[in-house]
Amino acid sequence: MTKLTHLQRLEAESIHIMREVAATCDNPVMLYSIGKDSSVMLHLAMKAFHPSKLPFPLMHVDTTWKFREMIEFREKFIAENNLDLIVHINQDGVDQGIGPFSHGSATHTDVMKTQGLKQALDKYGFDAAFGGARRDEEKSRAKERIFSFRSAQHRWDPKNQRPELWNIYNNRIQKGESMRVFPLSNWTELDIWQYIHLENIPIVPLYLAKKRPVVERDGMLVMVDDDRMPLNPGEEPEMKMVRFRTLGCYPLTGAVESTATTLPEIIQEMLLTKTSERQGRAIDKDSNASMEQKKQEGYF
Amino acid sequence: MSDSKNDKSYEVAQSDQIASDIEGYLKDQEHKSFLRFITCGSVDDGKSTLIGRLLYDSKLIFEDQLATLENDSKKVGTQGGDMDFALLVDGLAAEREQGITIDVAYRFFSTDKRKFIVADTPGHEQYTRNMATGASSADVAVLLIDARKGILTQTRRHSYIVNLLGIRHAVVAINKMDLVDYAQDAYETIEKDYRSFAENLNFSSITFVPLSALKGDNIIDSGDNMDWYEGPTLMSLLETIDVSNQKEENPFSMLVQWVNRPDLDFRGFSGTIASGTIKPGDKIIALPSAKTSTVKSIVTYDGELDEAVADQAVTITLEDEIDISRGDVISEINRRPETTDQFQAQIIWMHDQPMLPGRPYLIKTTNKTVTGKVTSLKYKVNVNSLEHEAG
Ligand SMILES: Nc1nc2c(ncn2[C@@H]2O[C@H](COP(=O)(O)OP(=O)(O)O)[C@@H](O)[C@H]2O)c(=O)[nH]1
Repeated sequence: MTKLTHLQRLEAESIHIMREVAATCDNPVMLYSIGKDSSVMLHLAMKAFHPSKLPFPLMHVDTTWKFREMIEFREKFIAENNLDLIVHINQDGVDQGIGPFSHGSATHTDVMKTQGLKQALDKYGFDAAFGGARRDEEKSRAKERIFSFRSAQHRWDPKNQRPELWNIYNNRIQKGESMRVFPLSNWTELDIWQYIHLENIPIVPLYLAKKRPVVERDGMLVMVDDDRMPLNPGEEPEMKMVRFRTLGCYPLTGAVESTATTLPEIIQEMLLTKTSERQGRAIDKDSNASMEQKKQEGYF
Repeated sequence: MSDSKNDKSYEVAQSDQIASDIEGYLKDQEHKSFLRFITCGSVDDGKSTLIGRLLYDSKLIFEDQLATLENDSKKVGTQGGDMDFALLVDGLAAEREQGITIDVAYRFFSTDKRKFIVADTPGHEQYTRNMATGASSADVAVLLIDARKGILTQTRRHSYIVNLLGIRHAVVAINKMDLVDYAQDAYETIEKDYRSFAENLNFSSITFVPLSALKGDNIIDSGDNMDWYEGPTLMSLLETIDVSNQKEENPFSMLVQWVNRPDLDFRGFSGTIASGTIKPGDKIIALPSAKTSTVKSIVTYDGELDEAVADQAVTITLEDEIDISRGDVISEINRRPETTDQFQAQIIWMHDQPMLPGRPYLIKTTNKTVTGKVTSLKYKVNVNSLEHEAG
């Protein structure tokens, strides 16, 4: 008889969560960030509703500072798989010229990402939004429900979460309120990589090591992805074998030096290194509870 | 004695395999068994410390996290600057400030035998519903008891609730043995008390282990302080406890979650199989309509299946056009579940407002939400004595 593996169980759990949303929410959306977790989430969604098309659109909140390869990947993948994608850019932010170099990471992330996301959710009136966050990523994530309630102001109240028993999810909301839904809650980073490997899920090539132009700033290797990056006097981009453990805005995402050019090599490196994944993200460093605070303010 | 006793050499062997044979390592990972457990008990019995210790001792804490932990231990720790493992799990700002656990936190770790998800649950009565949330997804409950204090009201309350929610295996961890000089009789008195209390519950296994979460005795290594204890360490218990529930052998049933209709030619019923197995050609009955049909195919993105089992998420098509919608149950024709609109149940009431018989409530039964009423409250359970009190 069929004996389910750990990954098959995780897969079934995620599919169950997605179908629940499709069956009970009026206007759901899947947030698609182009990263590895989003790629797994999208792959699972295609499984959940096969042979139907996805019963909801995808949405990318584009900060205009993503790696170019991410956008290329997005365009190609969406076209090849005939998916519906909404790209939202916070036009106010663009008009004000907000960017990570001119305004710093905190303001840039808040305006282009958090405010951009809230704008988009309000504009389309989505009552549920899937996100690819995992509980093993960070301490406040470890506390979050799979169906996570948001007030009409998009706020998360971590001290007052709803009970969530077995696989029964309470997604009753009033007008204006919404749910963030995390189908990958119980996956670990290793599970994600292993699943990508087993299922042959396409990912952005930035995850694999290659010679790329980087400069070192505040102990972080930043890739010079376009000419919007102002170089300090004496700063000279150097070609180094690097890869990225997470993907986001290129000026805020640190590269790691690596020779891993295949998935098994990435997994191998991940298992043998001793720093956790989010270390490469500039936004988490500000303070310990900063992710919790950002989430309360509406960040995913 | 468990292999994990030698966890140093184990760790080396594991990294060797990762370095030399990553594909082989990944294959092994794929077939590793998996356990979800919770830690519960009264405030300050040592739940967070225990989990922090498990993560720390199984080398699951990354260097940057360790640096943060050291930093936090000095800033807000309760250990006079020494490592405060509880800070690893108390993740919310309010929790760290107040030094309490408000909501359940999920942590992940693995050994060479198993992968684990552990839910650290709050001990305060006020947050019982969060404890219940954590318990609902677990197979094993590790109930902590402070060796100095013995069984407290919260120990009883939590034991009762985890049992009611369906957990069948209890591991009673008698903690802080270092504070009672590792005395065997302290341990034995608590064991005896708990056994007599638990006679009225229905756990299928109860195991006892004396430990010190803070010092590490009987967590992964036995240590030298309790030679009188011959049983396994907590880790080796968790690695070996058998939680298989034979769900696959029960009659087939699947709750329909979503009707899959991409076009006029395809009509499938998507859901997760609750129990049993199913094959094309099997006769089924849809409930509550009691219409019958035969399974035509089991459709998945990866192709049609010859068989599907409990916990798999699938889409089933039938030979006949019968009306089935979300919330209906598809089950084996000869062993179908009963349908009823009245039943008796034990309820854990979580809301601040009291439950009122006669008042209409929404009742969510897996995939369906209906209105219903509680006709009468027969009794309340006193969680301390497990006695029934007038409603
Ligand atoms: N001496 C001793 N202290 C312990 C032990 N386990 C926990 N503690 C201490 O008991 C206090 C409460 O522990 P904590 O893990 O926060 O308890 P929780 O409320 O159940 O999560 C902390 O000060 C711990 O350091 C133990 O085995 N021995």
